[in-house]
Amino acid sequence: MTKSTHTHDNLQSDCGYVFFMSHQSRNRTIRSILPRAVVLIALLSLGQYAECQYTPMITGGVGFFSGTTKGPTSFNPTFMPLVAVPVTQHFLLESRGYALESVTPRRNGESDQTKSYYGLSFLQLDYLATRNLTFVAGKFLTPFATYNERLTPIWIGNFQVAPLIFSIGTMNGAGTGGEVRGSMISNEKVSVDYAAYLSGNVTAKDFKSSRATGDRVDVYFPSRRIELGTSFGRMFEGAHENASGMHFWWQPWRVPLSIRSEYGHGTHAQGYWMEVAYRLSQVSGPDSVIGRLEPVFRMQQVFRNSSDFTDGLPSADTQRADFGLDYFLPHDVRIITSYSRQLSSTGTGNIWATGLVYRFLTPAWPGKR
Amino acid sequence: MKLQTLWICFALQCGSALVLAQTPGSSATPGATAKSPRQPAKAAASHAVPADEGERKFRENCSRCHNAPEELPTRITGTVVLHMRVRASLSAADQRVILHYMAP
Repeated sequence: MTKSTHTHDNLQSDCGYVFFMSHQSRNRTIRSILPRAVVLIALLSLGQYAECQYTPMITGGVGFFSGTTKGPTSFNPTFMPLVAVPVTQHFLLESRGYALESVTPRRNGESDQTKSYYGLSFLQLDYLATRNLTFVAGKFLTPFATYNERLTPIWIGNFQVAPLIFSIGTMNGAGTGGEVRGSMISNEKVSVDYAAYLSGNVTAKDFKSSRATGDRVDVYFPSRRIELGTSFGRMFEGAHENASGMHFWWQPWRVPLSIRSEYGHGTHAQGYWMEVAYRLSQVSGPDSVIGRLEPVFRMQQVFRNSSDFTDGLPSADTQRADFGLDYFLPHDVRIITSYSRQLSSTGTGNIWATGLVYRFLTPAWPGKR
Repeated sequence: MKLQTLWICFALQCGSALVLAQTPGSSATPGATAKSPRQPAKAAASHAVPADEGERKFRENCSRCHNAPEELPTRITGTVVLHMRVRASLSAADQRVILHYMAP
């Protein structure tokens, strides 16, 4: 990185946070104005910020994964880009998408089975209203527990496969509507942050969501690096089911150890997962051959109390142990491998997974370095 | 493999991690100074409690979920931190401290 001659405070004025929006005819509907406004905002932003720290960026991950579940092996090349476009100092337009192809080779002369998946994970406009309050509008990841918002990017998650209880409380992963979030308290002893949302029933492609609400509150103790949180979600459709959850994370200061766990309780099932990752950087340094290794272990269980074939959870009590070994190569490339043993009354089996992920991060607009 | 066996494996892994955690290493020396604040990836790999407030905030918030990228162009540091302010619910004060740490 090159040295900047600006401080953060005077950089804001250098960047010219001047924003003009042309007046639109009042009799136009909001629906017709909104897409144009978004494009206009984005274009103005590109021009305004090209020479400063607030240049729009493109980041994300490219990965090639393979998985073997009780027999057949599938290969999944995946592309997951994220775009963030700051618009003045109070607005941020951001979006993440995915494109995935699943190829399952067949034997006996049959052609390979290929399926393609692509779509938007989120597309949201953030308004940073005050020091402690941010409004979010659009399609957003539902803030339930931690996995959905924090660990779903392929360049972050330690395992290729999401936890068994992922669908508890996440309302299919995303909602379309509004969200408020921010930090209530942040000092040397404790940080408290919150998120609450209201999602509507949307049927449009890429923006599908259910009418639901939910919230999450996290308490973080910086001196111990311990995080505790609770989540709640309620669906306003169908049986109006509730979901609740708790999470606990701990990352001790002097140890490259990370413990993450979640508990979720839904109407028809409950369960938990606990993940432990220990990077061997203390053995001979983080850049050594051994120091780039990270053994990971995840234990998870789901307990069914009634059947529901639509909630995305295992249909019977299930236990799974995931043994992973990740390797951090230079240039933000990572190898992730895992072996899982799943125990269930509906079938016991092994799951093998390997993957190679490259994380990229680059300005979306040319300019001086 | 029974559930008890899995739990034993889990306990063994936790135990071995904690044992290894006591192994003295160059980067684990208490009181070790932070590396260059312009290299968050290097600094985040250190395990000592950082003396620099920016690095401490970086590791308290950003490193909680992910490793720092090896290279971070200065032109997008503000955008990255703005994105993380929303994603990680950073306060405005933490946002400023982390931005100053990443691009002083």
